[in-house]
Amino acid sequence: MAETRVERAALGTAFRRMWHFLQRSVLWLVAAGILPFAAAATSMAQQPAPAAAPPAQAAPAQPAPLNVDILYLGRQYVEPPPLSLLDKIVTDQGIQGARIALQENARTGRFVNQNYHLTEMILPLDADFKAKARAALATHKLIIADLEKDDLLALADMPEAKDAIIFDIRTSDDSLRQEQCRANVFHFLPETAMRTDALAQYLVWKRWPNWLIVSGKNPADIAYADDVKQSARKFGAKVVDERFYTYAAGSRRTDTGHQQVQQQLPLVTQNAPPYDVVFVADQSEVFGEYMPYRTWDPRPVVGTQGLIAVAWHRSFEEYGGTQLQNRFEREVGRIMTERDYSAWLGIRAFGEAILRSNTIQPAPLRAYLLSDHFGVAGYKGDAMNFRTWDLQLRQPIILASARDLVSISPQDGFLNPKYLTDTLGFDQPESKCHFK
Amino acid sequence: MTKISKILLFGLALLSFGIAAAAEANAYVIFVSNEKDDTVSVVDSASLKVIKTIDVGHRPRGIIITPDHKTIVVCLGDDGQIAMIDANTFKVTRKLDSGSDPELLNISPDGKILYVANEDDSLVTIMDFATGNTIEEVPIGVEPEGMAVSPDGRIVVATSESTSMAHFIDTKTYKVLANILVDSRPRYAVFTADGSKVWVTSEVGGSVSIIDAKTYKILNVIRFAIPGVRPELISPVGITFTKDGKRAFISLGKANRLAVVDTSNYNVIDYVLVGQRPWHTELSPDGSTLYSANGETNDITVVDVASLRPLKSVPVGRLPWGLAIRP
Repeated sequence: MAETRVERAALGTAFRRMWHFLQRSVLWLVAAGILPFAAAATSMAQQPAPAAAPPAQAAPAQPAPLNVDILYLGRQYVEPPPLSLLDKIVTDQGIQGARIALQENARTGRFVNQNYHLTEMILPLDADFKAKARAALATHKLIIADLEKDDLLALADMPEAKDAIIFDIRTSDDSLRQEQCRANVFHFLPETAMRTDALAQYLVWKRWPNWLIVSGKNPADIAYADDVKQSARKFGAKVVDERFYTYAAGSRRTDTGHQQVQQQLPLVTQNAPPYDVVFVADQSEVFGEYMPYRTWDPRPVVGTQGLIAVAWHRSFEEYGGTQLQNRFEREVGRIMTERDYSAWLGIRAFGEAILRSNTIQPAPLRAYLLSDHFGVAGYKGDAMNFRTWDLQLRQPIILASARDLVSISPQDGFLNPKYLTDTLGFDQPESKCHFK
Repeated sequence: MTKISKILLFGLALLSFGIAAAAEANAYVIFVSNEKDDTVSVVDSASLKVIKTIDVGHRPRGIIITPDHKTIVVCLGDDGQIAMIDANTFKVTRKLDSGSDPELLNISPDGKILYVANEDDSLVTIMDFATGNTIEEVPIGVEPEGMAVSPDGRIVVATSESTSMAHFIDTKTYKVLANILVDSRPRYAVFTADGSKVWVTSEVGGSVSIIDAKTYKILNVIRFAIPGVRPELISPVGITFTKDGKRAFISLGKANRLAVVDTSNYNVIDYVLVGQRPWHTELSPDGSTLYSANGETNDITVVDVASLRPLKSVPVGRLPWGLAIRP
């Protein structure tokens, strides 16, 4: 018994279990015949898109399994290293979450005669992305896209992708949910406007309504700052001033040390009108991490650093989140990042939709994903579904400091006639998305 | 146990709350697991006061009483253990290794076998209560939680939260007999008293599935609609049947209410407002009173079963989760 406990920690245990499990499965399959499938089909029959009728009871043979092959398409982009030395540089974000979710889908699939497979295609930057993607689309219609904006649009606009279902697990760019939206692209990470709204609601609830924006000069920073201003208008807060940090990104390690940064940041923030918080807009890890404790006035920092708005964070363990955090760390050996989570959620959403609709045909699957019956559980308490007007996943957003969960938005009291989560980001009236 | 120590124990029990027991012949004791505090609160039913707080171990959640009413058994999620508390002296007498992250557990009607859901491991651990030895580990879906034992002890139904299934396990052969797909995130399962049906709550799906225990067919799916409460807040978890089996109380989690369901036609009769985030409920030995453990408000609500009125709330520890009652 004690021995079993010790073994449990061993890496090989998983394989032993799997073997054990397979032996077992075979036993009960033989014993119970088609019972499980009949049962599964029964419960499936209550879904709007029913499975094909189960074979006559006498038939001992199983129905042909549904083989699900999901393509994970990514590129080896150059990413800025995190400014803090406490954050490890991680090069396998996303795909690790997808692998964990695939195991979960596969385990569930075994009970209902569905097989799941993940085809991994993470291309070097110098590879011919378009040619390779086009070739892959010939055989794959269910796609997890770990792609930046331009590549994502290129993929979505390929004629071969017309009937594909593309799950964007990487971007937060508003424009991809607005003017540049595509009918075949579903978005899993919160758009930037959802993030700034999530922070704004909390700041309004805290009665900290006066904000000083400090923004970088990258287009993404400017876009983030624009969202902050929009959030202020939406929730009755005020941007008292906007400042810029104009230095380019540098090395995260320096021999000279911290003194220069200590001098710079008070200069950026001095002589500001009275304000409650600094709202920092630094999407590419140039200076945001330097803001806390260095502002001219003693004020908290929120935004892209300081108090951040994210889909996932290590400090979050509510709604059973502990299980996913533990599972991930046990398998991968590092903490689960936001992109790991969105990839995990993408694969789980495919699994959930296919489990319930029992189809991998893109058209009915897409219809199911957009129906009232679809909802994916992502350890956020609610079942999450998509906004039909821009295919953005509705979701509660975690507000976290570097080491702790601070709150979860939407905050109490912010109301919407349909979904409270639609108080975050672009609700239907604000949408500029028009699918062709 | 020798006769003398039995007498001593009895005497000790009398000393602890003899006066209360004399004053209130039907008095009983309510044990509440406090997930955040790492404690079990012991509440006297007559005074509705916490008479003892037991340091039990890390993250106590699932809590039951053995059929002989001698022992309270508590899952300690963060310790990978289950703790045994003497139901009379309130002392932790034993801890058993139960496998990773035990969340809910149940016991065979003869009190000999424990069934533990290992949430982290996709396993049901079957243990010998007396020796604490693991008899068998049954692999099921991802994140096992609910654990129902049939009245005759022959079938255990475990739910797996991520796989969204109820798994029927034969307790003699340890074979999985059926895997029934239900709505998202099934958290709790319970047999009806006659063993003919299994009720399963789906927290994220917001529903309760009634499964025929013989044919494994889903007979009915109960959904809830509360005026003024958003549908996404309805997150069913615990189930308790009334003594006559005619009604079921369903804890609706973030909707802060218990739904009262007519078990003959599955209609919702009423909603009882309790504290915030009710997880589980338990019935008094005479069946007249129901207790609800409310996670967010650190209390238990006392509900009168006949009138369906909440009578009182009793503060316990932080983030109360489960209840067990010793007559």
